[in-house]
Amino acid sequence: MDEKKQSTQPDWESIASSEEFQTLMRKKKRFIILSSIFFILYYFALPFFTGYFKFLNNKIVDSLNGAYLFALSQFFMAWILAILYVRHANKTDQLIEEIKRKKEVAE
Amino acid sequence: MNITAFALFLAIVLLTLLITYWASKRTQTTSDFYAAGRKISGWQNGIAIAGDYMSAASFLGIAGLIALGGFDGFLYSVGWLVAYLVVLIIVAEPLRNSGRYTLADMLAYRMKSKPVRSVAALNTIAISTFYMIAQLVGAGAIVKLLLNIDYEVSIIVIGILMILYVVLGGMLATTWVQIVKAVLLMAGTILLSLLVLGQYGFSMVEMFNQVSTKFGQHFLEPGLLYKNPLENISLGLALLAGTAGLPHILIRFYTVPTAKEARTSVVWAMFIIGAFYIMTTFLGFGAALLVGPDKIKAADQAGNMAAPLLAEALGGSFFLAFIAAVAFATILAVVAGLVISAAGAFAHDFYSNVLRGGKATEQEQIRVAKWASVGVGVASIILALLAKDQNVAFLVSLAFAVAASANLPVILFSLFWKRFNTAGAVTGMLAGLISSIVLVLISPNVMEPEQALFPLKNPAILSVPLGFLGAIIGTLLSKKEDQQKYTELYVRSNTGIGAE
Repeated sequence: MDEKKQSTQPDWESIASSEEFQTLMRKKKRFIILSSIFFILYYFALPFFTGYFKFLNNKIVDSLNGAYLFALSQFFMAWILAILYVRHANKTDQLIEEIKRKKEVAE
Repeated sequence: MNITAFALFLAIVLLTLLITYWASKRTQTTSDFYAAGRKISGWQNGIAIAGDYMSAASFLGIAGLIALGGFDGFLYSVGWLVAYLVVLIIVAEPLRNSGRYTLADMLAYRMKSKPVRSVAALNTIAISTFYMIAQLVGAGAIVKLLLNIDYEVSIIVIGILMILYVVLGGMLATTWVQIVKAVLLMAGTILLSLLVLGQYGFSMVEMFNQVSTKFGQHFLEPGLLYKNPLENISLGLALLAGTAGLPHILIRFYTVPTAKEARTSVVWAMFIIGAFYIMTTFLGFGAALLVGPDKIKAADQAGNMAAPLLAEALGGSFFLAFIAAVAFATILAVVAGLVISAAGAFAHDFYSNVLRGGKATEQEQIRVAKWASVGVGVASIILALLAKDQNVAFLVSLAFAVAASANLPVILFSLFWKRFNTAGAVTGMLAGLISSIVLVLISPNVMEPEQALFPLKNPAILSVPLGFLGAIIGTLLSKKEDQQKYTELYVRSNTGIGAE
């Protein structure tokens, strides 16, 4: 993106109080808070359960145990959550486009 | 000396210098120097982030940890990937929207520039220096093991190369060196993993069965390396919160044109980094089975030679030379990223904005940026030479702890807490920085384990809350600041309106 010098500063206050921006932030914060709670709990469950309990040492298939499978599942958890985030963000991008369009009309 | 290895090392040096020459012609402005002109695409940046992040410590170190200590080494691998969720969901896009070249740009946006920039620059320099010393000292030892070149010679060669990349080719050269390294590292790791799995009929379960027969089932269970669960939780917190506060990773988001590209780049990085860390299992257990702990320890007590020895066992001296060259490229790419991040803190934050109040001309800024890179590089070389034979592995956890405790709290509060102000940012960053350093100094890393005043090697479990607390107390004890700037940052960071 070229560094276009804008002659006038956008009206930040009016954008901030617009309905579209409020909706955008509500959706964004909802996703951030819910997903963060989920991955923080899922992630710390690994050192917690491997550190204080023994049940993850149970063998699942031959020598393959629960601890390794749970650790491995963390990778897939991260990837799946990343894809979900991108899908969510692509939707909120449309709201941002809407906000930008209205701003240009106002100027 | 291994002739093949030497030839491959030379090829990497030539290739990276060609890249630097090419990049130098395209590096004219400060935006070119710090941010590659914001012309890197999302997927390219994703590969470069992976190249910036996956250090020799993770390639050689984790393989060694797993080969000698079994399951516990894998806990690092998990933390190193999951941490990117914080980067992706919370930090990357707002940072891209609100800053120009450094992390301090975002923090200074709504606050008094000079105090916030000074402390943020100090943090960046501290984190980058700790990280760099650890990388260089490790590099010197590894090159000695691999090629039998003197420690001093290899530090100076690596140091001169990293300075050349950054001074001549800026962020563009750094980016492409990181991309080349990431491709080489992934190719080497995939090849090694396939060769290991091929020994067990491409069955992971069969590999684990062999491990269990040879070393006992407890080798696959947690607790062999780390006895104290609290230590694991503290380490986990440092990795999770620290990655999103590492300046050399965060400045990579300024190299892409938009926030959307920044998002794309984190996703690319996550798939590469994740795949790599899953494969550390095959490298580690493969080395334990096919090389054996005795031979690994005989080459290097810490296990750093596990992956190269595995390569030798599976593919002979040519493959060993290839993996050694990959390790060398890995080191170069990471230290170059560290030089440019520390130089940006010196030149852009401290010189241009604090000393010159934003009035330095483009030429002056570029000149100072280049001299700062030389200064950072030379200082790191000297420190690494002085630290020869010292155990500096703890410096990496210190870097993560400072990033987690000093940077992440103020990043989050800047973006989401309206009342947050300059005093809070300064006290928060200082509380995080000082508590991390002090806690490490009185920990078993530095003191005798029995006498250590703080029992954990990783301070994050205490220093991260202290960073948050410092920021909250500093804010509440000082006056409210103009809220207009917050509204501006809030809209800009979340929509990209007005972003550079």
